[in-house]
Amino acid sequence: MTTKYTEDHEWISVDGDIATVGITHHAQDALGDVVFVDLPEVGKTFAQKDVAGVVESVKAAADVYMPVSGEVTEVNEALRNDPSLANSDPLGAGWFFKVKLSDASQLDALLDETAYAAFAA
Amino acid sequence: MNRVHPPLGGLPPQRARLRRRKPAVSDPSDLLKTPLHALHLELGARMVPFAGYSMPVQYPAGLMAEHHHTRNAAGLFDVSHMGQLTLSGPDAAAAFESLMPVDVIDLAVGKQRYGLLLNDAGGIIDDLMFVNRGDDIFVIVNGACKHGDLAHIVDRIGGRCTVEPQFDRALLALQGPQAVTALQRLLPGVEKLVFMTGAAFTWNGADLFVTRSGYTGEDGCEISLPAASAEAFARALLAQREVKPVGLGARNSLRLEAGLCLYGNDIDTTTTPVDAALNWAMQKVRRTGGARAGGFPGAARVLGQLDGNEPLTRKRVGLIALERVPVREHVELQSLDGQKIGEVTSGLLGPTADKPVAIGYVAPGFAAIGTRVNAIVRGKAVPMEVASMPFVPNRYFRG
Repeated sequence: MTTKYTEDHEWISVDGDIATVGITHHAQDALGDVVFVDLPEVGKTFAQKDVAGVVESVKAAADVYMPVSGEVTEVNEALRNDPSLANSDPLGAGWFFKVKLSDASQLDALLDETAYAAFAA
Repeated sequence: MNRVHPPLGGLPPQRARLRRRKPAVSDPSDLLKTPLHALHLELGARMVPFAGYSMPVQYPAGLMAEHHHTRNAAGLFDVSHMGQLTLSGPDAAAAFESLMPVDVIDLAVGKQRYGLLLNDAGGIIDDLMFVNRGDDIFVIVNGACKHGDLAHIVDRIGGRCTVEPQFDRALLALQGPQAVTALQRLLPGVEKLVFMTGAAFTWNGADLFVTRSGYTGEDGCEISLPAASAEAFARALLAQREVKPVGLGARNSLRLEAGLCLYGNDIDTTTTPVDAALNWAMQKVRRTGGARAGGFPGAARVLGQLDGNEPLTRKRVGLIALERVPVREHVELQSLDGQKIGEVTSGLLGPTADKPVAIGYVAPGFAAIGTRVNAIVRGKAVPMEVASMPFVPNRYFRG
């Protein structure tokens, strides 16, 4: 399983042809206490960089972009019910949605952990 | 009152990318610093540009915890970016009254009142608080407006009274149900003040002026003091077990739940006090039929609106979303049949209200409490209901 990162502060963790997407620790820290998420519809297809969701704290709202092209296969209902999971466990229980990759080669251009850490620093 | 520019914390309110953004001011060294700047950094505050100052938007506890701490105990706010000034001389009250639709002349010594500087069209130049201190009128205005306010006041009434800016003085707000309990250990006697009154105090040789007021809907005080004493006084307050530092982020959520206007969002030069539903701020003596009716900038329009001779085109209302979706500033409001009827000017998920609350303007036919409207959030209709404000009951101490 590989995890990559975007310059929009999403992470994407790939297992076979299904990838899980969430926001990074840096993103949740910048937003503050998350109070609302808008998740994509299961079955909907997005192109890379399309807006797939929204994450909001009391003070700000931010779009969540699709890191790769593909079809949404599952969304995190637990996150919808308890948006604070995005703060408490952004890389785990606070995941946003899963997507079936339509072009795995798009992953190559994303940042690895070291490159993202340098980017977000 | 306090103008909170979006972004509050490095991310703008509506549909921002998570991508890091360039700061609003290119060089952070261009920003002014309040006398508590070093203390904010020591406390781990996240600093943002605001009204030309580097200001703490939140401390490590975070906006939500700071908001709840203010409602439950006592929050300390640095609001030194706000403008303090004095008006003095025998004609000061009458002169100041000529700028506002407000009774200044009859305000008793020691009492504080909310005021509105109006332009000649009746639009709001700024909202402010003023106190009759006997020897002078002490005025607190919004940070982003203070230089413009000073120029306006000097231009209009500088020949009738002495106008003295005190922009170098610090201003702290201590807000919450335990604020006065904490403050009275430092300033014995402060507990005798009631809401919207003020008095002078001395602390370690420094001259303080304290009013029992604030902008959170809670009991508490605002403390004006010399810059040189500000850090020591703030540290003395933070040493009290009830007190924690609170940033501008929570200040915004607290004031919105209290139904209080944010200048620049909810009121500005295009809104009159009647549009803004601030009729309560205009005492009878200045209205049609009053002993000192009119005689302020924009009086014809403002009194015309009050008297019903000039129809309103929009009115400020409170709104509660019926789904748990935050509805933010600039979101369009529509009637249930899809006609645009207004716009949200401030909105967020109220941490104490525990639901999305907003302030906005609607066409007068939609301003009645209980009216259902739709807010168009990301293309989807979110049902809202016009609601009375405050969204969280005020807990002012009236004695």
